[in-house]
Amino acid sequence: MAAETALQLADALAAGRASAGELVETALARAEAARPLGAFVHLRADGARADAAASDARRARGASLGPLDGIPVAIKDLMVHEGEPCTCASRILEGFVAPYPGTAVARLQAAGAVIVGRTNMDEFAMGSSNEHSVYGPARNPWDPARTPGGSSGGSAAAVAAGVVPIAFGSDTGGSIRQPASLCGVVGLKPTYGRVSRYGLVAFASSLDQIGPFARTAADCALALEAVAGHDPADSTSLPEPAPRLRDALCGDVSGLVIGLPREFFAADGVEPAVLEHVREAIAELERAGAKTREVTLPHARYAIATYYLIATAEASSNLARYDGVRFGRRAEARTLGDMYRRTRSEGFGPEVKRRILLGTYVLSAGYYDAYYRKAMKVRTLLRRDYEQALSGCDLIAGPTTPELAFRLGEKTEDPLRMYLSDIYTVSANLAGIPGLSVPCGFSDGLPVGLQLLGRPLDEATLLRVADTYQRRSDWHTRAPDPATWTGADR
Amino acid sequence: MARIDRAEVERIAELARLELAPDEAERMAAELAAILGYVEQLDELDTDGIEPTFHALPLATPFRDDRAEPPLAPERALANAPDREGFAFVVPKVLDEDES
Repeated sequence: MAAETALQLADALAAGRASAGELVETALARAEAARPLGAFVHLRADGARADAAASDARRARGASLGPLDGIPVAIKDLMVHEGEPCTCASRILEGFVAPYPGTAVARLQAAGAVIVGRTNMDEFAMGSSNEHSVYGPARNPWDPARTPGGSSGGSAAAVAAGVVPIAFGSDTGGSIRQPASLCGVVGLKPTYGRVSRYGLVAFASSLDQIGPFARTAADCALALEAVAGHDPADSTSLPEPAPRLRDALCGDVSGLVIGLPREFFAADGVEPAVLEHVREAIAELERAGAKTREVTLPHARYAIATYYLIATAEASSNLARYDGVRFGRRAEARTLGDMYRRTRSEGFGPEVKRRILLGTYVLSAGYYDAYYRKAMKVRTLLRRDYEQALSGCDLIAGPTTPELAFRLGEKTEDPLRMYLSDIYTVSANLAGIPGLSVPCGFSDGLPVGLQLLGRPLDEATLLRVADTYQRRSDWHTRAPDPATWTGADR
Repeated sequence: MARIDRAEVERIAELARLELAPDEAERMAAELAAILGYVEQLDELDTDGIEPTFHALPLATPFRDDRAEPPLAPERALANAPDREGFAFVVPKVLDEDES
C-alpha cells in the first residue's frame, strides 16, 4: 500500500488526526529505513522538528498557512536553503552553507512545508542515472540494483519509497520527468520561467527549471502552486502570477485533443513494453472522452545533438565560478593559476569535466558558428515544430523514456549512450514548454511513464489529464517492497 | 569537423582551467570525438536564414525602480571563504604564475 499523499495528510492535519510533529517523525523514520537507497544526502532532523512544532503551534491558534502547512517535503541538493548545506553532489561545494534564501525554498517555507532533507543527484545535475554523485548512486526503490534515473534521482526515489509525499527537483533536459518515469511517480517540469531560478544552482540557464515530484498529479498541482509565480530576483521568471492549478482538476478530459507525434511512436530505439503501456494509457484517455490525432515533430531526432551543444556551452560558462576563491573547496597551490586548476580538477567529477570541456570547445574560436550557433538555430526549428503541433491539439502524449530503469553501471562507460536516454525529454526544455510524466504501468516489476507535453504556461491541462488518468488507474497506489532495500548499498 | 585529439583536449582543458592526467586526456579525446561525431548530424539541416533561439520564450528585459536595496551582508558573503582577511578573500599570489 502506497504512503499517504500530501492532500490526504493535509486532511488528517486539518481534522486533528495527525500532527506535523508526527508526520516529520514518520518521514525521518522512513528515511532511515530507506537509507540503503541513497536518496538523501543530508537529513535536516532538528530543523525539520522545529519547523513541524511551529506548524502545529500555528494550527493550534487557528493560523494554519494552508494545505502544505506541516507537510514533509524534500529538496534536491542544488536548491539553496539559507543556513543549510548545498553541495550539488559535488566535492567542489564540500562544506558550503547557503548564505541567502533561494526563492523556491523560501516560498515552500512560507506555505508551511517542512523541509526534511536534501536529495541525491548527479553532480551539478549532469547525468541520467544519479551515478555521477560524490555520495554514490541513489537506487531505484523498485529494484535497488537499478538506477532511479537522473539527475533528480534522489527526489524521485524519496517519493517512490514513501519517505515524503512531495519532493522537488530540477529539469534541464529531463531530470525530473525521466526519474519520475523510472520510479513510478508523477514529475512535472513547468514552463521555462514559471518557477524562479533564484537559488537554483545553475547548470544551463536557458533550460533549467524547478518542479515537483509526487505520487499524484493533484499533489503536484498543490506543490507547483506554492512555488510558481514571478520573482523580481530572477529576470527570466515569467510575469504571470501563480495559477490556481487545483481548480483545473475536474476529472474530465472530454473534447481535449491529444497529439501523438509520429516520431515518438516509431518502433526503433524504444522498448516494446514501454510503447505498449503508453498506447494503453492513451486508449484509456480516449475512453474518458479525449480525442487523438497524429502530429509530427520533424526535428525531434536532432534534439539530443542540439541539447548537448547548448547545455554544455552554458554549463562551461556557469561552472567557471567554481575557482576556489570565494566559497567551496580550495586546493592549496603556490600561485593563483595553479590554485584554479587544482581546485577544479580535484573538485569536479568526470562527467562534469567532460561537459565543461565539450562546452568550452563548442564556444571556442573557430567552432562557435559550426556548433553553438548551429544548435541555437536548430533550437528554433524544434520550437517551431512544437508551436505547429500544439496549434492542432491541446497537448502531446508519448513515452517519457525509451526504456525501463537500467542497471547501475550499465551505461557509465558510454556517455553518448547515457545521453540518448533523454531522447523524448530534452526537446521540451529546448522549446520551453511544460512536460509531465505520469505512471502508466509496470513491465517486469519496473514502472513505465506516460509523458504529456503542453503549450507554454498550460501546466493546468497536463495536470488535468494526468489527474483524470490517475482517477481511472491504480498504478500510483502500488508501493515497492522495503524488504528488498536492506543491504542494497553494500 | 570532429577531429579532436589529446593535444586539442589539453588545449581546451587549459582554457577551462582543468588539468587532466595523460590517460584522462586520452579517454576524454575519444569520448568527445564520439559525441562530436554524433552532433554532426545537425549539418544535414539547412539553417540559412533561421534566427537562433537564445531563450525559448519571448521575454523583454525587465526593469525595476532604481532604488537601493540591502546587499548580502559582507560577513555572510565571506562566511564560505576558504581563506580571508578582514573583509577580503585571500588568494595565492598572481604574479609568478608564468614561472610555475
